[in-house]
Amino acid sequence: MKPYTLSGVLFILAMSLLSISSPAAAQTGFIIVQSTTSTQNSGLFDFILPKFSAATGIEVRVVAVGTGQAIKNARNGDGDVLLVHAKSAEEKFVADGWGVKRFDVMYNDFVIIGPQIDPAKISGMKDVAEALNKIAASKSIFASRGDNSGTHKKEKQLWAAANFNPAKHSGTWYRETGSGMGATLNTAIGMNAYVMSDRATWTKFGNKASHKILVEGDARLFNQYGVILVSDKKHARVKTELGQKFIDWITGLEGQAAIAAYQVGGKQLFTPNAPCQ
Amino acid sequence: MQDFSSSFTLAANLIWSAKPELLEIITLSLQVTLSAVVIACLIGFPIGALLAVAQFRGRTALTLLFNTLMGLPPVVVGLLVYMMLSNAGPLGFLQLLYTPVAMIIAQALLVTPIIIALTRQVIEDLYQEYAEQFHSLVVPRRTAVMALLWDARYGLITTALAGFGRAIAEVGAVIVVGGNIAHVTRVMTTAIALETSKGELALALALGFVLLFIAMTINASVFLLRASAARMSYV
Repeated sequence: MKPYTLSGVLFILAMSLLSISSPAAAQTGFIIVQSTTSTQNSGLFDFILPKFSAATGIEVRVVAVGTGQAIKNARNGDGDVLLVHAKSAEEKFVADGWGVKRFDVMYNDFVIIGPQIDPAKISGMKDVAEALNKIAASKSIFASRGDNSGTHKKEKQLWAAANFNPAKHSGTWYRETGSGMGATLNTAIGMNAYVMSDRATWTKFGNKASHKILVEGDARLFNQYGVILVSDKKHARVKTELGQKFIDWITGLEGQAAIAAYQVGGKQLFTPNAPCQ
Repeated sequence: MQDFSSSFTLAANLIWSAKPELLEIITLSLQVTLSAVVIACLIGFPIGALLAVAQFRGRTALTLLFNTLMGLPPVVVGLLVYMMLSNAGPLGFLQLLYTPVAMIIAQALLVTPIIIALTRQVIEDLYQEYAEQFHSLVVPRRTAVMALLWDARYGLITTALAGFGRAIAEVGAVIVVGGNIAHVTRVMTTAIALETSKGELALALALGFVLLFIAMTINASVFLLRASAARMSYV
């Protein structure tokens, strides 16, 4: 092998590889949606987004992270639409001028999951605050997201409703994973811990082991999702027109029907409740 | 654990059935990582060789720096590249965030220090053998560096493979700058992370085996190429 053969091989390799990585970026008909892991892990997006693309020709690229990070990314202008579940944080996002307007899209609920043996004896309880107090009183292991996500924010509200501050016990029975919902569920199952999850992620979750839903149905476990168009006043590159089309669709009849039609194991995971319905 | 044994069969089935979705993810993984490694080698080989041969102030400090940067946490590289490429960052106008190009940049940043540090060592060892001859023949430095790089090529292939191994296996950088977007920036490692977070542990592990299989194929082909090249040179 002569020296020029090696450099030739390297050159051809580099050119061929670089050329293939560009076509995805060359398309202009796409929007970026900053969203939460629950909407992706539940399979909802895989079900409804092809319908939107078929109807409008717009490709949707979903970045699924925790609500806290999704909002930060959107503030940086790295998304055209925000679809998350932390109403007060969403309203602040709009009030601060980062978003145009917030619309309700759909809801489901949170549930408290725990091991079959249920050391804190909370199975079947209807008052979630009381259930949390029993977990705390028995010092049973509780896995918290600890990542400022929508689910984590809700969990902190519920502890506040229970008049209990679990942060003081962090590292003992109260364990903050600092991870996404799926990773936290895996951890909780590994530690035989209690954990709070949105119902959609749990229903679709593949590693349930002997864990099951123990507490559900309290009105405070309500989980509302909202959608916001990122404002082009702060970031001129936001695709306002395409983003608005997505919002019109998902809050319109077609999108709302698609959300209602998504089922796992015969169960509907999200209930549409956009205002125009 | 039943997940273990089912992962093996699942991995075999995945490779055997060669679903278009999986092929797409594998292809993108290879495109991103090979591009990053080629770029890192083009930058790293000459710099590493110069560090080994040239005498200048701060050489030891630079060597130490590159050796340290071999331990760069991928997630930190991802964060730095994200902050540069974000629309709120200085290079936002390039519109590269959440594209494969962003992932190539991140992995190239991650791998370049490894290539530099290992190249420096390989070339320095060889230079100790050659130094006297170079001096007596008054070989210009440029020629000397080229000759050293060429004669050390087999060592440098291993260096490139070390970089490849680091890049193909990392998830922290590509998930931040790529966003793990289906059909756009989803690669093997981010797919494994996603399946783990869905609780599909057997599938996640199976994808891990597929990734190892691909890495083995790459290593084996380099090994064969090298063996046949060595044989040819004796003919």
